[in-house]
Amino acid sequence: MVDITIRKRPRTEAVVTQRKFFKKTARGKVIKVLRERYLRDDVGCGIQNCTSCENSTAYTLPFTGDTQHKSFPNGHFLLPDTNVFLSQMDLMESSLFKPPIILLQTVMEEVRHRSIPLYNRLKALVRMDDKRVWVFYNEYRSETAIIREDNESPNDRNDRGIRKATEWYNSHIQFTRPIIRGQPKPKIPNVVLMTEDAANRKKAEESGIAATSIRKYISSLPETVAAQLLDLLSAADGNDIEPTRATSGRQAMYPEYFTESILQAGISAGKLHKGHFTTSTYNYLQGSVSVPGFPKPVLLIGREHLNRAVHGDMVVIEIFDEAKWGVEGDEVVDQEATLKNDDAADSDEDEENDDVLRQEAKAVRASEAMAQQKEKQPTGRVVGIIKRNWRPVVCHIDATALPSSGPPTSSSASTLSTQTLLAHPTSTLLPRIRIRTRQGPALVNKKILVAIDAWNSTSRYPDGHFVRVLGEVGGEDAEREGLMLEFGISYGAFGSAILSCLPPEGDSWVVPPKGDDDGVWKGREDLRDLTICSIDPPACQDIDDALHARPLPNGNIEAGVHIADVSNFVHADTPMDTEAAARGTTVYLVDKRIDMLPALLGTNLCSLRPNVERLAFSAIWELTSEAKIVNVRFTKSVIRSKAAFTYEEAQLRKDDPKRQDELTIAIRLLNTLAQKLKAARMAAGALNLASPEVKIHLDSAESSDPIDVEQKEMRETNSLVEEFMLLANISVAQKIWEAFPATAVLRRHLPPPRTNFDKLKDILNKRKGMTLDVSSSGALAESLDQCVDANEPAFNTLVRIMATRCMLSAEYFCSGSVGRDTFGHYGLASPIYTHFTSPIRRYADVLAHRQLAAAIGYSPLHASLHSKPHVERILEVVNRRHRMAQMAGRASVEYYVGLALKGRGEKERQGQVTEEAFVIRTFRNGLGVFVSKLGIEGLVMFKRDLTQFDADNYTVTIPGSSTAVSGDDDVTISVFDKVVVNIEVEKDKNTQKGKVKMTLVHPIDSRAL
Amino acid sequence: MGSRVEILNDGGFRSDGRRQYELRDLTIDLSQQGVADGSAIITHGLTQVLVSVFGPREAKMRSQTMHDRANINVEVSVAAFSTGERRKRSRGDKRILEMAATIKSTFEPVVQTSLYPRSQIDVFVQVLQQDGGLLQACINGTTLALANAGIPLLDFVCAVTGGVHSTSPMLDLTLLEENDIPHVTVAVMPKTGKVTLVTMETRLHVERFEEIFRLACEAGKVIHAEIKGAVRERTGRLVAAMGSGPRAGGGDLQDDDAMDG
Repeated sequence: MVDITIRKRPRTEAVVTQRKFFKKTARGKVIKVLRERYLRDDVGCGIQNCTSCENSTAYTLPFTGDTQHKSFPNGHFLLPDTNVFLSQMDLMESSLFKPPIILLQTVMEEVRHRSIPLYNRLKALVRMDDKRVWVFYNEYRSETAIIREDNESPNDRNDRGIRKATEWYNSHIQFTRPIIRGQPKPKIPNVVLMTEDAANRKKAEESGIAATSIRKYISSLPETVAAQLLDLLSAADGNDIEPTRATSGRQAMYPEYFTESILQAGISAGKLHKGHFTTSTYNYLQGSVSVPGFPKPVLLIGREHLNRAVHGDMVVIEIFDEAKWGVEGDEVVDQEATLKNDDAADSDEDEENDDVLRQEAKAVRASEAMAQQKEKQPTGRVVGIIKRNWRPVVCHIDATALPSSGPPTSSSASTLSTQTLLAHPTSTLLPRIRIRTRQGPALVNKKILVAIDAWNSTSRYPDGHFVRVLGEVGGEDAEREGLMLEFGISYGAFGSAILSCLPPEGDSWVVPPKGDDDGVWKGREDLRDLTICSIDPPACQDIDDALHARPLPNGNIEAGVHIADVSNFVHADTPMDTEAAARGTTVYLVDKRIDMLPALLGTNLCSLRPNVERLAFSAIWELTSEAKIVNVRFTKSVIRSKAAFTYEEAQLRKDDPKRQDELTIAIRLLNTLAQKLKAARMAAGALNLASPEVKIHLDSAESSDPIDVEQKEMRETNSLVEEFMLLANISVAQKIWEAFPATAVLRRHLPPPRTNFDKLKDILNKRKGMTLDVSSSGALAESLDQCVDANEPAFNTLVRIMATRCMLSAEYFCSGSVGRDTFGHYGLASPIYTHFTSPIRRYADVLAHRQLAAAIGYSPLHASLHSKPHVERILEVVNRRHRMAQMAGRASVEYYVGLALKGRGEKERQGQVTEEAFVIRTFRNGLGVFVSKLGIEGLVMFKRDLTQFDADNYTVTIPGSSTAVSGDDDVTISVFDKVVVNIEVEKDKNTQKGKVKMTLVHPIDSRAL
Repeated sequence: MGSRVEILNDGGFRSDGRRQYELRDLTIDLSQQGVADGSAIITHGLTQVLVSVFGPREAKMRSQTMHDRANINVEVSVAAFSTGERRKRSRGDKRILEMAATIKSTFEPVVQTSLYPRSQIDVFVQVLQQDGGLLQACINGTTLALANAGIPLLDFVCAVTGGVHSTSPMLDLTLLEENDIPHVTVAVMPKTGKVTLVTMETRLHVERFEEIFRLACEAGKVIHAEIKGAVRERTGRLVAAMGSGPRAGGGDLQDDDAMDG
């Protein structure tokens, strides 16, 4: 039994141990809060072999401190304050920076209070193997605990606490290493306070504590390390980076943000609104914010009104009077083209880049002129930022920006002085970032990672700092890594703690022989004799589902879905489970799969490979011949799959009348059932949606050069597998919801708001005379079926793709946290749904497996799955990861389509490919087109002045007088028109950034425009 | 999660610097309060309760008189200033009535009521300060006050709250912790190991329950040692006062006690 004690708190200590403060509730009521804390003497200092702290085996700090630093020959420990972590986390995380660090609780809590993402990084830092960080709970140690004094700000209090802890450490070290007569004087390592606050440093030095600034500390590290670490320094610490430039003389380019109290008051009074800021894909000077009170998102036009908001930020906006409302610009404004000649170093000196301003102003004015004609949209400006969404950004450096563009040599790279450069993010939604680096020439043609630090009102661009090089531009590894970083996918190898959770037998693990009742056979059904097979895409390694069907004597049919029993290997609360939960899903890129689980499990032990005994979780139905469910049961089982087919093989086998073996009959049986299931689902109002899915043919496994792109084919057998997976998911969802109404892991798809469809409805009506009924999913499905153009079979798919884009995305949720009436899955028209069938590659399925196992009484449910907040937290991560993985997959396909086009173009003529495309959007100066064969979207740009644009009818007219038109008649192009485009991959000479460029070939040649 | 406070941090500390199995500071004051026959002020951390016991005495209302045993009457009142937000609770408040009923049913099998037929024992509980673990403080205080009044009990009743944060159990929760995690209050009779009360208002899984339940029973014994010590000391002092020579009469004794606090 554990040791239970009463902590005594002497009355005399009450001053230090009780804390009284006043708190304002959301309703504005003020309440008094009294908290106590218990001070103790058993908080460990973390220094190995410390003689006065107990249990020092777990301690991480070396006895002698770090002796490498020039300024501290006796060894030292570093004790950074909060701001160091807030602004210089990249530095702290660098593998080159490794002095022993003492992290105070005060600092931890302040970081947590300021930024949760940074706090999570900090926690990861503490756990990192090659770092020596010790968390010292100074607020609970009696000697170092302090209380806030009268007239002291919380910041000052914390600073004082940090100084006090430093002082304590120094005396603690001295005390534990007394001078013993006759022995050499022991070396006493120093505890060094690291802070950027000069006043704090001064105070520290007054009381005899060694203090240093970050820059000073790094500068006296060994030279090779110092140069690299200096680049990692964030620009946010401002002043002493540019001592030469007079900051006061600069003119403010942006209005200042309102103070926080004004923002809060404005929001609660309804005068200001907050929401997530989204940059327009087509125009970098335009953005929007969705605000609850308005049916349409609020438009923000022009640099000044965007006021330093970056895509994804949580902003506060002010909405103008209706007289000043504008409309969404109808032309494309490209940052690269408009700002080509803007130089980083002098972009703040206003006189020199007048023409930049002029161009931008022109772009903005054009849309203002439009405002008179079209229906106006609420317009406003950003007045404050609540939360930045600043992540590291993948960028590249423009070669022309360097003053000396000679070939970089390795020696010159390190000796060059600091340069200011503009880093161009890969994503067009982000502004360029100004960085200072000493390695300028070495960075050209490289993909680099840059972090944004600050954006002052005096500076056109945000300031950032260089984090690290990813690799050569165009190199597949660098592109892939950049992509993964951009979408926040963790792609590192699995750590040893995780691998130690695998079965010790490794790949020689087999299902033990039946009969030992205590092992895996306990509670499992023996289904090894069933004729089970799996159907998957070609070259699929992680087979997580298999099927069987057989007629029953009573005329009904037994059908079963067998899912890999991942939860038998991945137990809750193990390092492997934690890692899988953090990864959330396996990510499929064109040339790489980033696994959620170690490959031994995913592709071997869990994978339901043919003719091997494997553990499975089976759902077995009794169905009538009309595919109505008579009953369903779930059981853990052992199966031996008889065959692993590809979709194509299964299809051929089914269609071959000569084959009458057991497997083929089972497939046919499954197929007839699947067709009936599908019919029933469609009748219930399920949507048949489309997304542009293409498949990339890779040359060979090694070189991974793409050869060609084709659209994915859908066979009957695809739908067969899909129907049974849906059936399994729905049945499981029902079961786990009944068993655990508060914490079941489910998936839902909310019905989209009607207004989402407005534009599509309008276009369809005006261009094609078709109507779209969006009152329910069934009605939508029906009216989508009506949208057919007899001459154009691809038209229906196009409409479906566009309709899909109007919808919301599906999400996982915890059944206890939303109302029962919102459980439904809109797309599938199912009242309840979950994910159960792919536990190898989705974490939500693993949770569903655990809950189902508990629901059928196979194993008890882990405590964490009973806790609603815990499940909510996990699912939030899984949802985000899922979304990111999808986006990463799409981006990867896009990249490879680009490569494939290049390859094909080189083979054909002069690097060009011609394809048919549909117009999906019209602009004043261009067209948005969709190339269905390649599954890509692109832009065709015109020079603006020649065309006439009719925004109401979505048409662009090119007058017959133009040289581009072959005849004399005007040529009109509108949405849904079929055009022929020429696609080429253009490489920007300076940036080496491959860009897909499209030009019209038919009905007109836009190159002449 | 709404709260920005970590219930249990990576260093194994709770938000107030305690570890999982550490109980809060416990102080007991058994001195005479007013004209009560027995009284006790007990403080668990920042939760403070004053319990006064009157009786056994003749029941005020005839309807409440029972012919074979004494009736225990528990009344709880919560001071308006006991919480951060000043809030007046009426005596008819459902939660307060429920708490009174819980205390009553906890003590009915422990107090030897059959020794006092046709009489009534009044227990008045006044909550002076609240910071979680209110019921446990009320029960512990009532035990002490009853003992102080000289009413025969079969055993002490010691109550402790236990909760579970994800998978780590913890004892003696503060208000902050009670708001966030599921918790159980258990009252045990340490000598016999019998449990007179288990109450829970939040949802908790069966398997967790057993673990916490055992832990709370164990913690009850720790509380018991503390309570017993306090009673022993008080009795010892009374005995010493009785034996110390010529000073007779109760008045002096009362003064003595008042100074103890």
